[in-house]
Amino acid sequence: MKPDELRNLAQREAELRKSYRYRINVCCSSGCMPFGALKVLSAFKDAVKELGVEEECYVARTGCIGTCSIAPAVLVEPGDYLYQNVTTDKVKEIVKEHIVNGRPVKEMLYGNEAYFKKQLRIVLRNAGKIDPLRIEDYIAVGGYYALLKALTRMTPEGVIEEVALSGLKGRGGAGFLTGLKWRYVARATGSPKYVIANLDEGDPGVFANRTLAEADPHAIIEGMAIAAYAVGASKGYIYVRSEYPLAVETLKKAIEAARSMGFLGEKIFETVFSFDIELRLGAGAFVAGEETAILASIEGRRAMPRPRPPYPAHSGLWGKPTLINNVETFANVPVILLKGSEWFASIGVKNCTGTKCFSLTGKVNNPGLIEVPMGITLGEVVFEIGGGVPPGRKFKAVQVGGPSGGFLPENLLNLPIDYESLNKAGAIMGSGGIVVLDDTSCMVDTAKFFTEFCVDESCGKCVPCRAGLYKLYKILDGFTRGKGSLEDLNKVEELCEFIKEASLCGLGQTAPNPTLTTLKYFRDEYIAHIVEKKCPAGKCFKNGGGESGVE
Amino acid sequence: MPDTGFQQVGLKVDRRLTLLENAIKKHQYKKDALLEILHTAQELYGYLDRSLLTYISKLLRLPPSHVYGVATFYNLFKLKKPGAHVVTVCMGTACYVKGAEEIVSTIEKEFNFKRGETTEDGRLSLFVTRCIGACAMAPNAIVDGETIGKATPEEVLKKIRTILEAAKVEAR
Repeated sequence: MKPDELRNLAQREAELRKSYRYRINVCCSSGCMPFGALKVLSAFKDAVKELGVEEECYVARTGCIGTCSIAPAVLVEPGDYLYQNVTTDKVKEIVKEHIVNGRPVKEMLYGNEAYFKKQLRIVLRNAGKIDPLRIEDYIAVGGYYALLKALTRMTPEGVIEEVALSGLKGRGGAGFLTGLKWRYVARATGSPKYVIANLDEGDPGVFANRTLAEADPHAIIEGMAIAAYAVGASKGYIYVRSEYPLAVETLKKAIEAARSMGFLGEKIFETVFSFDIELRLGAGAFVAGEETAILASIEGRRAMPRPRPPYPAHSGLWGKPTLINNVETFANVPVILLKGSEWFASIGVKNCTGTKCFSLTGKVNNPGLIEVPMGITLGEVVFEIGGGVPPGRKFKAVQVGGPSGGFLPENLLNLPIDYESLNKAGAIMGSGGIVVLDDTSCMVDTAKFFTEFCVDESCGKCVPCRAGLYKLYKILDGFTRGKGSLEDLNKVEELCEFIKEASLCGLGQTAPNPTLTTLKYFRDEYIAHIVEKKCPAGKCFKNGGGESGVE
Repeated sequence: MPDTGFQQVGLKVDRRLTLLENAIKKHQYKKDALLEILHTAQELYGYLDRSLLTYISKLLRLPPSHVYGVATFYNLFKLKKPGAHVVTVCMGTACYVKGAEEIVSTIEKEFNFKRGETTEDGRLSLFVTRCIGACAMAPNAIVDGETIGKATPEEVLKKIRTILEAAKVEAR
């Protein structure tokens, strides 16, 4: 594709979009699909035909709108009218009243404005508003324009500088400066170089990356292509969990579309730059998300981490310099190039710029996919966006960062969400999971649950993680069955510190977080289990209850 | 042409085998395509038995221990034949805090087997999975591919019974 062709296509598509007075966006992401979204979609298509408004109303199959609790969700533009729990029998009325008569059906609308008020959508800018399977939709909203800009008007070093100035940090959890990482790979010697997008979102309860890939796959692809240009790579891989069939399918089709349009392949935009992407499927291993383990998995081996250095930037895939970023990191890149690093750096807080996507779940009234500016407090997320815990229940704790994230109590609700503050409190940013617990959850049992997860997922390479976590699990399991003494609590703490210090990779190093934070903030519950043999939440000590799969 | 050796490992020559061979050819017998090939093999055969793994190791010229090691490392690959009907309960965090454990233990009690196992008559398998990503509708259970959101133990049991009943009638 030539630069002019992109501009013309974008213009044509934008005009086409404008020629429709209404646009009905039907969310067909994994959150809405199990509840009949596809049937709703075809019902809308039939209804606009039947009522003769085909010419003025476009029905689109889109990705996640963000409000997973009201599945299937439907968004009508202009005005962003959000309909909740749309079933096929409601479709005709919506089309008749809203489209034909111009009167939105108030009773069916999702009335919760607070859910969106504190959100800021940069990564999810197109989610729910474009058809992820139509590359023209992405182009209409300025897609691949950043790639064009990078290739024709910027040097690779200029791109890196722009990303560095934006302050963007890796969204996979560790929070390493993206610009710096890119610079390492760019300066590394060796050829060819590789770019890997990490979509191995193995954390239970986290679906932010998946939703992004389902809703806006081209933002990831474009970000990767820009990164490849910046670091001098010619080949990319997207490593995606095979448990995400819709994301896999969407990415597959998006890569093909990008290839056929000439955004991937040889001599992109008639420059000397060539780049292509291959999809690689994971097979259910949490540890594969670790950056050296992902390399092993792509090479067709067991996903086992290795010590660093050498870092993948110097010795990655097949020993070549490799850039590994989370898909959310890549999706930020096109916007940064288009709007400028200064604009991006003005969002969020000092040392932690931009936004972060979270999947908000657990005992919260409005679960869903959210994107918030860095620096927002946990309380704002849980109570203003999430609407607090269900009626009659009491907030107990919030977990940030997936299975290896810590649990934070009520008095830390004013903690701002940024890498540093979270780390200091014992939690981590992780890949973006926020799970809310109320008074029906037992903290000892929950710590045990996550430890069991990590025991299961430990690759077994290093002893502290393999044997240490199992030992830890056994002690926690004992607590929930009335075994153990107060001295064991010290033992647990000692063991946790040891696992943290001595483990080879991030899995082991963060696995004790749930136990350590529950011990720190909810010690009374442990004491109740040990001394009074009582579970304050009424979860443990049941006959056969909590029987574990770990043996 | 590599030694295919399907007869040595006791694999039947059928359409599935042809499709598997084609997939391996498409990957140019590259050793690093092992995971992709295991995916394809499982899709075709439903699970990876020993003869299949041996066959793949021959084609890719990898030691059988390597192929076996990779197949057992990843949770997704099944080495035993699953039951005619499959129930999978999501054990992601959101589902766990909303009572997924009760669903699993209810099914275990009702059919007298454990998670990860198949009933003796081979009719039903019970698996737990780590997060299917429909956390807002937690807890989730998948019965023969159909997702039940905000599931209760009773609801899931009822669904399983209906499916087993229907299969019985069909068999007659």
